[in-house]
Amino acid sequence: MPTGQPGRQSADFGAFVRAHGARGRLVVQPRMGFGDPARMRAGLLATRRADAHTVGTITLDSHTRVGHLQAVEEALRAGFDLNGYPVVSHPAETTERVLDGIRGPDFPVQVRHGSALPRDIFAAIAALGLTATEGGPVSYCLPYGRTPLAEAVREWTECSELFAELSGSGAEPHIETFGGCMLGQLCPPSQLVALSLLEAMFFVQHGVRSVSLSYAQQTHLGQDQEAVAALRRLCREHLRTDDWHVVVYAYMGVYPQTDGGALRLLGQAAELAVSTGCERLIVKTVAEARRIPTILENVQALEYAADVAERTPRPPAGPGPPAEADSQTYQEARALVEAVLSLHTDIGTALMRAFQHGYLDIPYCVHPDNCGRTRSYLDSGGRLRWADIGSLPLGHLVTGLRTGRVTAPGLLGDLSYVRSTFDSPGVPPVLLDGT
Amino acid sequence: MSDGAAVAPAERTLPAQGGKGTVVVTTVASDSHTWNLVYLQLLIEELGYRVINLGPCVPDDLLVRECLETAPDLLVVSSVNGHGHQEGMRLIRRLREQPELAATPAVIGGKLGITDEADALSEQLSQAGFDAVFPDDADPVIAFRSFVEVLESSARTAGNRALPWPRITA
Repeated sequence: MPTGQPGRQSADFGAFVRAHGARGRLVVQPRMGFGDPARMRAGLLATRRADAHTVGTITLDSHTRVGHLQAVEEALRAGFDLNGYPVVSHPAETTERVLDGIRGPDFPVQVRHGSALPRDIFAAIAALGLTATEGGPVSYCLPYGRTPLAEAVREWTECSELFAELSGSGAEPHIETFGGCMLGQLCPPSQLVALSLLEAMFFVQHGVRSVSLSYAQQTHLGQDQEAVAALRRLCREHLRTDDWHVVVYAYMGVYPQTDGGALRLLGQAAELAVSTGCERLIVKTVAEARRIPTILENVQALEYAADVAERTPRPPAGPGPPAEADSQTYQEARALVEAVLSLHTDIGTALMRAFQHGYLDIPYCVHPDNCGRTRSYLDSGGRLRWADIGSLPLGHLVTGLRTGRVTAPGLLGDLSYVRSTFDSPGVPPVLLDGT
Repeated sequence: MSDGAAVAPAERTLPAQGGKGTVVVTTVASDSHTWNLVYLQLLIEELGYRVINLGPCVPDDLLVRECLETAPDLLVVSSVNGHGHQEGMRLIRRLREQPELAATPAVIGGKLGITDEADALSEQLSQAGFDAVFPDDADPVIAFRSFVEVLESSARTAGNRALPWPRITA
């Protein structure tokens, strides 16, 4: 168990973000991970020095995420580039040197990964005194592979409980949910809100006291604002901790290919965050459609987002805005949350049963434990709509469903809608490999 | 099938839903992309088939087992991470080793290699046992639809199943 050694003590991630974000200010953060320790250190330093309120990120490589540690060893021996920092494989002393003098009371660092079975990752970061991470039993399991949900729930339960025990021996452990993202596209906001909240409740149930909840920017600013308001309201109603905040992700789907389009989309994410009282934003860069960004591109994105945030009107103080009324998104999300919670007092078990019954069903998610009967589409205004709700407990709330709304060409159009909207006309059609 | 006896396709039992038959859509073991699989599922459902979508990162064993259990009318392998050729070669040999799957129509498409050698890769994949290859350079969707039409008209003529399907390289 790490002790509060001088030079190792970070700020509490949650407390830091809540102090420096919200009320019109915004903490901004990159996604960033390099295999080479020197480059990782340079990236963290550049993030810290950016002209913005930032927190640092160490993003892990994809071999580490899926537990292929031997592949990491081979890559390191052969000098191949990794697409992230292999925190389990680099010796602890190496990572200590990466962080030395950079992490501190005014610059917490979060480890980002995407692992359904993160036991080794949690062990490695806990030993380093890194106490902020992210994920969730559902959100890191269903989108990426075929790990059975039951196994992810089991391991995330174990990891959350062990992580929570670090409280009091260093910075307060913090876990952010990835449930506000899922596949990154075409999940109607109410289900993202429900998943983000349920995963946060899962963490809190297992002893974690400092949490954040994600919401990924979608296709329509007004719809997203309604969704974030619903999420924040459900947090006030359900979360048994005061140490929570909401993080907005800049669009996680097929990204604009032009620099102007990319920045405009990022700017709208910053507007979304500030106008809804969110505390933190994870940015995307102009390189998103092409490759992993350089450090410079990330700094540009951080400073651009901070600038837009500064110029965005703050939400009015005082009693709740009109969004406090029972919006459509709030009603749907509440119905989903209540249906899931009714299945079992243990939230992990409740989540598993919910997916078995189809009370949660991610459109277009082909994981074996996802029913796969729900469908969604973009309406003519760009709002995300349900085309088929499968067995979701929303029949009383969602009307006018018609089969045949979703077609193969329609899907391609919906996947590339944001790119083509933000880029100039004549943009090439979306490729299905994410480029 | 392995004794070469003619089996009219119409005698095969088809499931009630997705009237025309069952298609298995899959990718290769290393590929975690899924939007291509989702797109293909919709496309093939629109053509009137029931789709079993195996999702990302499908180990060879799982695919073979699924095909043996399902006896699909068509197997569609889609891969976009550049490893489709390598993995497809291994996969089709495993499938064709199973007597029950020796004559199952099987196609592969997508971004199958890392560099631009589509013709050479396609030829090798066809030789190895795929009935059609749809690399990313041509319009794979149009070519795929044509292939399915050929498949359907061959089934309607209730021809000799032991005859090879027309090899199509798009």
